[in-house]
Amino acid sequence: MPNFGFSIHSPTHIDLDKNYRTIFNYVKVKEPSIQKCIFCGSCSATCTASNYSAMSLRKVNLLLHRGMVQEVRSLTEQCLLCGKCYLVCPRNVNTRRIILLIHEALKMPLS
Amino acid sequence: MKFDWFVLPFLSGLSFVTVYTSVKFYRWINKLSRGEKALLKKYIFSRSIWTSIKEIFSESLFHLKIFKTHPLLGYMHASLAFGWFLLIVLGNIEVKFYSEYSINPPYVPIFLNFFEPTTAPNFFGRGFRFIMDFLLLIILSGVALAFFKRFVPSKFGMKQNMRHRWFDRIAIFSLWFIFPARLVAESLSASIYHNGSFLTNTLGKMMSFLPAETLLYPSWWAYSIILGIFFFALPFSRYMHIPTEVLLILMRNAGIRSRYFSHPYQEVETEACSRCGICIDSCQLTSIGYAIQPSYYLRTIRYNELHREITDNCLLCGRCVEACPVGIFSTDIRRHERTLQHEMRTVKFKFNQNKFSNTYTEVLYFAGCMTHLTPGIKKAMTTILEHSGYSWQILDEDENICCGRPLLLAGQISAANQVIIHTRTQIEKTRAKILVTSCPICYKTFKENYRLNMLIMHHSQFIDHLYTHNRIATQYRNVNVKYHDPCELGRGANIYVEPRRVIEQIANLLPSSSEKNKAPCCGGSLGNTMLQAEEKKLIAKRALSEMNLTSADLLVTACPLCLKTFSAVSSVSVKDLSQLVAENICEKIPNNAQKIHKAVETL
Ligand code: SF4
Ligand code: SF4
Ligand code: SF4
Ligand code: SF4
Repeated sequence: MPNFGFSIHSPTHIDLDKNYRTIFNYVKVKEPSIQKCIFCGSCSATCTASNYSAMSLRKVNLLLHRGMVQEVRSLTEQCLLCGKCYLVCPRNVNTRRIILLIHEALKMPLS
Repeated sequence: MKFDWFVLPFLSGLSFVTVYTSVKFYRWINKLSRGEKALLKKYIFSRSIWTSIKEIFSESLFHLKIFKTHPLLGYMHASLAFGWFLLIVLGNIEVKFYSEYSINPPYVPIFLNFFEPTTAPNFFGRGFRFIMDFLLLIILSGVALAFFKRFVPSKFGMKQNMRHRWFDRIAIFSLWFIFPARLVAESLSASIYHNGSFLTNTLGKMMSFLPAETLLYPSWWAYSIILGIFFFALPFSRYMHIPTEVLLILMRNAGIRSRYFSHPYQEVETEACSRCGICIDSCQLTSIGYAIQPSYYLRTIRYNELHREITDNCLLCGRCVEACPVGIFSTDIRRHERTLQHEMRTVKFKFNQNKFSNTYTEVLYFAGCMTHLTPGIKKAMTTILEHSGYSWQILDEDENICCGRPLLLAGQISAANQVIIHTRTQIEKTRAKILVTSCPICYKTFKENYRLNMLIMHHSQFIDHLYTHNRIATQYRNVNVKYHDPCELGRGANIYVEPRRVIEQIANLLPSSSEKNKAPCCGGSLGNTMLQAEEKKLIAKRALSEMNLTSADLLVTACPLCLKTFSAVSSVSVKDLSQLVAENICEKIPNNAQKIHKAVETL
């Protein structure tokens, strides 16, 4: 078989009924505006941290829904809390509070 | 020695307060670091101690700063504090006239009319009685005002009263009753012995229908008991501020500041808060319905109540600090407490080092995150820099980088330090002479946290500098402008003059009742992570109406974040200072043209 440079992803099957939602729920209760996110990506486009890292709030939000804690940690740690994402968000999601709450949840013993 | 059993409640209360306060003071001072103790000791034995003594008189007793807030409110506080103080001092002197002992127990001057009921022997004695009556009258007027303030705070320049806990209420009510009780006791005594003056004698005559002999002794008991209750309640109520404020003034003038949460200086600050409620009115979150102001915040700290959301829900705008008559740096306390809550020590940033310029120019312009979202300011600054004649470049043209202050304000200190080191390296690499930034947040951080070896200027200062060195000139327009002082530039960095001078070169600057250190926050502050978008909008709208823009054609500010926040809600057009300048900049500097323009306008 000729090699076309493609490969297959390792399976990332997510069972939405069983995945780890503790952090998402923790954030949701304290900052309900996280549910208003429409994953438009405006925050990621303007993100200061995206200059030097893979930080993207849209992605963080998605990963939170899927319960992928390790990835959430490595992304949110790069945030500078500059607040640009909040200013561009069309849905007025309170982005900086969400990130602080994620930090808080990550410091708790269970996660 | 003179003694009667009824002095016991008073005496035990007084001893309790004295012992309690001494132990507390000892503990606080003991908790200071060795260096801070040395600082305090050196200060107390230096000549500058006199400024503190003066301050103790003018602030703890006379409450000069409250007078400045509102004269009637000031009179209320001063009549109680200074009046009572004089009453005690003069009482002690008066005792010397009657007593054969040189040292008297502390209750004798308080209950002098009981122990020395005979009529004043001579002119001096009568003079004393007169003064004592007069002081009592003044204090009583203060009590009456305090009583009315509970119902009509607006007459005292206040919109709201502090909502007190039951314990404070006991202390407040006992304080209110102390002086009426004294009046009753002394009047009854005057009705029998005629030993009073204009107030007590007159009242005594009016009460002559009463069985004064039987009532007199119980009335002294009542007076003593009320004093006792007040003294026992004092250390646990707001009135602990009376002794603590003295220590606070000494510590502050000695240069001690709180460095972390629950630092002893902070503990002194917490107890020195009189819960006067002046900060409640100055805070823009009050009208949104949050009870997060220093008076509430410090109370939750003092009584160890849960208050995490109060800590975070503050704009850190500093209006309350400016308004506080005691001088409590409540915004520092919040920042220290946020560090406890939000610090993330595991963070390791991997910044790009090589994306930044390392060529030399005279001026280095740092736009900052917020300016990247208001491209108008960046464009205007480009125009101005073009005209300035300096060689210049933009540091964060391609790669936007943060100054680190948002992390500092949120309490993530170790992360902020990494950002600061990175950004400082990039700035230093260019070896520029002048660092200009459009963002007051960046400006303050560069000034306070960067230790840079170059001139740091906010763009308002830079433009002002360009004018004074005749590097740019602008056309004069006949527009009425109001200027909004951004929090971080005004209260934060004390820059009030330069932006105003720049505006006056171009337009007609209107005065405002809420400007300079009283200017409102736009509501967009990065210090607050709790507010929702609608609440921020409401704050911005109310800030605009507070500034009263009816006669203005244009609102000028000097902060990209303020510009963005106000533009969204303002009916008057809003511009940044740099935009105003860039729009009116002259291609070549005309000889005195702008002065001629101005002269014509005024004619
Ligand atoms: S900008 Fe707002 S709505 Fe869009 S992805 Fe980001 S958080 Fe969600
Ligand atoms: S606050 Fe964080 S996520 Fe938002 S733009 Fe700034 S760095 Fe990106
Ligand atoms: S913080 Fe200052 S202004 Fe506020 S209640 Fe306390 S003493 Fe008064
Ligand atoms: S800093 Fe501003 S928002 Fe915070 S309590 Fe003081 S006045 Fe209110």
